[in-house]
Amino acid sequence: MNVILKTSDNFGEGGTFAGGEMIFRIFDKEELKRLFDIMVSGNKVVGPVEIARDRNDKPLFAFNDVDSFNDMKLDYTTTKLSAKKYFLPYKEDLAAFRMDENDWQKKVDYNINEPFIFFGLHACDINALNKLDKVLMESVYPMPYYAAKRKNMFIVGIDCTPQPYCFCRSMGADTALHGFDMFITDIGEKYFVEILSDTAFNFLKNIRTAEPIEADHIHYMKVASEKNKKFTTHVDTTDLTKILDMEFQSDVWKQWGEKCLACGSCSKVCPTCYCYGVEETVDINLRGAKKTKMLYSCNLIDFAQVAGGHNFRPERHVRLKYRYYHKHRGFVEAYEEALCVGCGRCGEACLAGITVPEVIASVRGEEN
Amino acid sequence: MFAERRIDLDNQLKFTDIFSEAPQKQHRKSDLSTFEYTYKAEITNIHKLTEMENLYRIQIINTEARRQFIFQPGQFIMLELPGIGEAPFSISSSPSRHGDIELCVRKAGNLTNFLSRVSRGTHVGIRGPFGTNFPMEKMHGQNILLIAGGLGLAPLRSAISYAQDNRSRFNSVDIIYGAKDPSQLLFTYQYDMWRADDIGLSIIVDKPDLLWKGPVGLVTKILEQMFSERGETFFKSTYAIVCGPPVMFKVVCNMLNQKDIPMQKMFVSLERRMHCGMGKCCRCNVGSTYTCLNGPVFDYWTVMNLKEAI
Repeated sequence: MNVILKTSDNFGEGGTFAGGEMIFRIFDKEELKRLFDIMVSGNKVVGPVEIARDRNDKPLFAFNDVDSFNDMKLDYTTTKLSAKKYFLPYKEDLAAFRMDENDWQKKVDYNINEPFIFFGLHACDINALNKLDKVLMESVYPMPYYAAKRKNMFIVGIDCTPQPYCFCRSMGADTALHGFDMFITDIGEKYFVEILSDTAFNFLKNIRTAEPIEADHIHYMKVASEKNKKFTTHVDTTDLTKILDMEFQSDVWKQWGEKCLACGSCSKVCPTCYCYGVEETVDINLRGAKKTKMLYSCNLIDFAQVAGGHNFRPERHVRLKYRYYHKHRGFVEAYEEALCVGCGRCGEACLAGITVPEVIASVRGEEN
Repeated sequence: MFAERRIDLDNQLKFTDIFSEAPQKQHRKSDLSTFEYTYKAEITNIHKLTEMENLYRIQIINTEARRQFIFQPGQFIMLELPGIGEAPFSISSSPSRHGDIELCVRKAGNLTNFLSRVSRGTHVGIRGPFGTNFPMEKMHGQNILLIAGGLGLAPLRSAISYAQDNRSRFNSVDIIYGAKDPSQLLFTYQYDMWRADDIGLSIIVDKPDLLWKGPVGLVTKILEQMFSERGETFFKSTYAIVCGPPVMFKVVCNMLNQKDIPMQKMFVSLERRMHCGMGKCCRCNVGSTYTCLNGPVFDYWTVMNLKEAI
């Protein structure tokens, strides 16, 4: 029995991401390939692949379309770029215009193409999606372009090994509680899977699975507690919103601002950065025009510049500070959680070596 | 100074009135189609106000949509010129005119420069209305003090029109308007109409020309005069609406606060870059507050507590 995902147009409805009681299963390791083969036979699958090696001969990973199980590296560390290109494309057409002599027609396309499967997303990236849902789907003006993709997404999560730059535990994003369809954990000889959706349950009917027994539970808990011990980077978020307010005029921001190159790399790799700019361009035959949305970064110089030339944030340190304020102060105020999952990508990508744990520690007046 | 104060009872609490004519704001989660929904509108008239500013009269073409287009003073729309771009503008006309709006636009960027060259009859797109408004209904029975600097008169004109339309509901209505020089004064043709409707209007310019007979200086000068003329009780029941360059907000609002107008009874309208108008693009964030959703009209207390707002 094959399960083929269908594009749903009525993405305003609830979808499959409701929480509820989890169903646990276990299966043998070789069954995972079979599960993948069944998934890929009728659906587009996106998974982590090794795309190159860096100068230290360490592998570089990325999320790409995959069609074979062996192309994927499920033991990947962290991808350089987040999976954002699949739900918040860097460039996306919002609308098109057809222009006549004195009139025009606007055509809006939400760009729903086909449903797809994310195979092997880490907890931090799933949590990033959950955070984006709050602002892009559950807010006053939900964004159909995002919702169209989000509601047509099937997610297979996978457990990970904490890297030196990971601080997801401090941000409360080291485990995903919802927002996925199934989550696979390696418990030694077997895989332990949490099932959150009906579609996932149907997929698993195609492979041999079993009810976990007490020994499996013990294995799972052991794996989880060992993972916890591996975190080396921590961020103290106690009273952070108040401390950020108190230290608004602090000199540490200027010190970081002097280092910052205002290149926007941090926003490009961030799984939760969603700020954008809109540009309209006229077709070369003057018969049409396009309205294009492009992801932007608050660190770029003209982010807050208004017509007439006034710039509300002309200095680098002010823009860098604003980035931290939005993620660790404003979003917390609005949604009671930070807009940061602690994946550490921004620190790894930063050309000036600025990392979130260091910046926050310095604002708190802690020595590194 | 810190004597015990009695808190005034706010007997005008507004509960959601399901029968009210006011729009059930487009805050329905299921209504995804409103995101890029554009009303097609026609520029029916262009009135040159100064060298830099034009007043555009824009009418939603569909008569039914025009009638249903309801906004409150202080709200803004996103004006779209296909192929050129989209930008936010405060509505400068009376809310009673529904989808037949007026925008006061200064030539400042790409879109506004293009707009200054279009002719009557051009079709444009309108999204909105967006944002918060001046709480005019709360001000019923009270004095209103409107203080504008330069182009800040544009969003205030909607509130002034509201006051004109509902003059009997307010005690005294006063406008203090400051401009750089007499040639930059906006809406000069309306001054007599406002005065005829018993709206006090004081105009002050910073750099007078030879023909100028009025006062010279900044709006604070008029404000100080007003402080000495009107009694303490006048300011007890006064709401203030302030709009102008960022420097003006702080000075004027602090002066008003010293006259015991609570910060929550002073309203300012902020200006920021916007690309969506719906709290998505983050370009208009002040600290972490969206100017498009939580503003552009803020009470001064909120603005005081927003980092880098003014």
